[in-house]
Amino acid sequence: MKKNAPMTITEKILAAHAGKKRVSPGKLLNVRIDLALGNDITAPLAIKAFKEIGAKKVFHRDRVVLVPDHFTPAKDILSAEQCKILREFAKAQRLTHFFEIGECGIEHALLPEKGLVLPGEVAIGADSHTCTYGALGAFSTGVGSTDLAAAMATGKLWFKVPESFKLIYYGKINSWVSGKDLILFTIGDIGVDGALYQAMEFCGEAIQKLSMASRFTMANMAIEAGAKNGIIEPDETTLQFVKPRAKRPYRIYRSDREANYAEAREYNVSKIFPQVALPHIPSNVKDVREIGKIEIDQVIIGSCTNGHLDDLRVAAKILKGKKTAPSLRLIIIPATPEIYHQALREGLFEIFLSAGAVISPPTCGPCLGGHMGVLAEGEKALATTNRNFRGRMGHSQSEVYLSSPAVAAASAIKGWICHPDEIMKKGFKGSRVQGVK
Amino acid sequence: MKIEGRIWKFGSDVDTDAIIPARYLNQSDAKELAKHAMEDERPEFSQKVKKGDILLAEKNFGCGSSREHAPLALKAVGISCIIAKSFARIFYRNGLNLGLPLLESSEASEAIHEGDRVRVNLTTGEIFDLTQKKKFFAKPIPAFMQDLIKDGGLIRHLRKKRLKGNR
Ligand code: SF4
Repeated sequence: MKKNAPMTITEKILAAHAGKKRVSPGKLLNVRIDLALGNDITAPLAIKAFKEIGAKKVFHRDRVVLVPDHFTPAKDILSAEQCKILREFAKAQRLTHFFEIGECGIEHALLPEKGLVLPGEVAIGADSHTCTYGALGAFSTGVGSTDLAAAMATGKLWFKVPESFKLIYYGKINSWVSGKDLILFTIGDIGVDGALYQAMEFCGEAIQKLSMASRFTMANMAIEAGAKNGIIEPDETTLQFVKPRAKRPYRIYRSDREANYAEAREYNVSKIFPQVALPHIPSNVKDVREIGKIEIDQVIIGSCTNGHLDDLRVAAKILKGKKTAPSLRLIIIPATPEIYHQALREGLFEIFLSAGAVISPPTCGPCLGGHMGVLAEGEKALATTNRNFRGRMGHSQSEVYLSSPAVAAASAIKGWICHPDEIMKKGFKGSRVQGVK
Repeated sequence: MKIEGRIWKFGSDVDTDAIIPARYLNQSDAKELAKHAMEDERPEFSQKVKKGDILLAEKNFGCGSSREHAPLALKAVGISCIIAKSFARIFYRNGLNLGLPLLESSEASEAIHEGDRVRVNLTTGEIFDLTQKKKFFAKPIPAFMQDLIKDGGLIRHLRKKRLKGNR
């Protein structure tokens, strides 16, 4: 490798955490971990493995975070037992960050909100959507329980440096288009293994216009294209989000201009309109106006992808003064207690309840067919979540469609999947609020 | 290291919800998970798999969630090895960490049929279809990962190293 070889942001962060000056794709590194995360599904296996290794103490009690967010508040006895394993381990290890019900939210919304992941850091989590924190300019990726156990014990993990895939978004963002539509469009374009093993680097003027919520949504779904991580260089918007939350110093990395990319693609966002992923794969994406009339039984607004405050605000804007279609169930799930509280203060719950929605406590719940809105045979749901695999939300003969909160809210009123313009007639000002600064 | 078994063939993008539906993840007992392996895709799978059978798939096997319950369920139901055109990243890592051998070969994925008997040599990457008398080669598993598999996964490997006092 040349001495001054340029590097991408992902390469720089990995190099810095492996004590190397420079690294290139394909290289195996033993990487220092800033944060390791587990949840009520993955941590019990990891804790078992941790004990089997013969490890006594976690590498750092502030840097191992346990979030029981999937089947909680415990949906049955088995789930309660899983949570108990986490609780007892957290107590025995004196972990600083174990989130008990009341403080617990969906991990990938909760950790950034609490300032637990910062720009330039390396975070791993036994959950595939750990890639969400790339929106902060961190390297973060999902691993399995055994890797989490090894990371908890040693504070290190081996990684192969990924190739980078540059995705450039330019042009003016259309009404009702958010980060969700951009990432769905992208996955529709490159496929569910379009970025397999790679780092997806999102950049361009349109990305800089996106709110943090929209950026988190995009990085969150990098895994849906098979990527190892998704990443966005920090800018003013990032720093505004990070500064009041950070409790330790952090570092901003940027890609060198001449850095090497295995692939690059450009998207003119002025040609992207609200998108929907049809069953049973996230890459089966269409423009919402091109799918015909698909009637739905349930709408879910929530998850680590779209349970942010911005997401609830845009849903409220559309639902205000309206009612959901008869016989349609609308379930709204604020991602964290802080979002829940703020939505309450802003009067969003009044709007949701009047529209006929039910508001769930923060939980993954129906996103993975857990509880709080599981589907019966033959039912169709439109969800702001990230996966629509067969059986993901319940019965193997049910169907899941994916969209932004704006499309979801409008569709809840209509009863079939529709463009928000069908509810918010033409001339509506401020329709570009979602996901845009 | 040699493995021999009968082939179960699957398509592209088999996701972790297909391998083990999330509704069973409120516990993590391998035997319990094994009962539901591939349930939505092929309800008869868990009853009919014989110990040592080999799973064959097309591209991007194991995409979706990071649940280690997926390779764990396949291992527990008796699958000895998975051959695919490609694997989703986290599944690949998890499989090897659990000591479940994973091989990538497009040719084998296309040519081998459901029900064929196949012998796999993990050291050389040779895949021999005994039914069709055809030979294929996958990229051999890197040496340090073969050590993992021999020891029965990352945890046993780490423990062994620890006992030897050179962790
Ligand atoms: S909300 Fe859904 S995708 Fe996100 S962490 Fe929970 S189960 Fe996973």
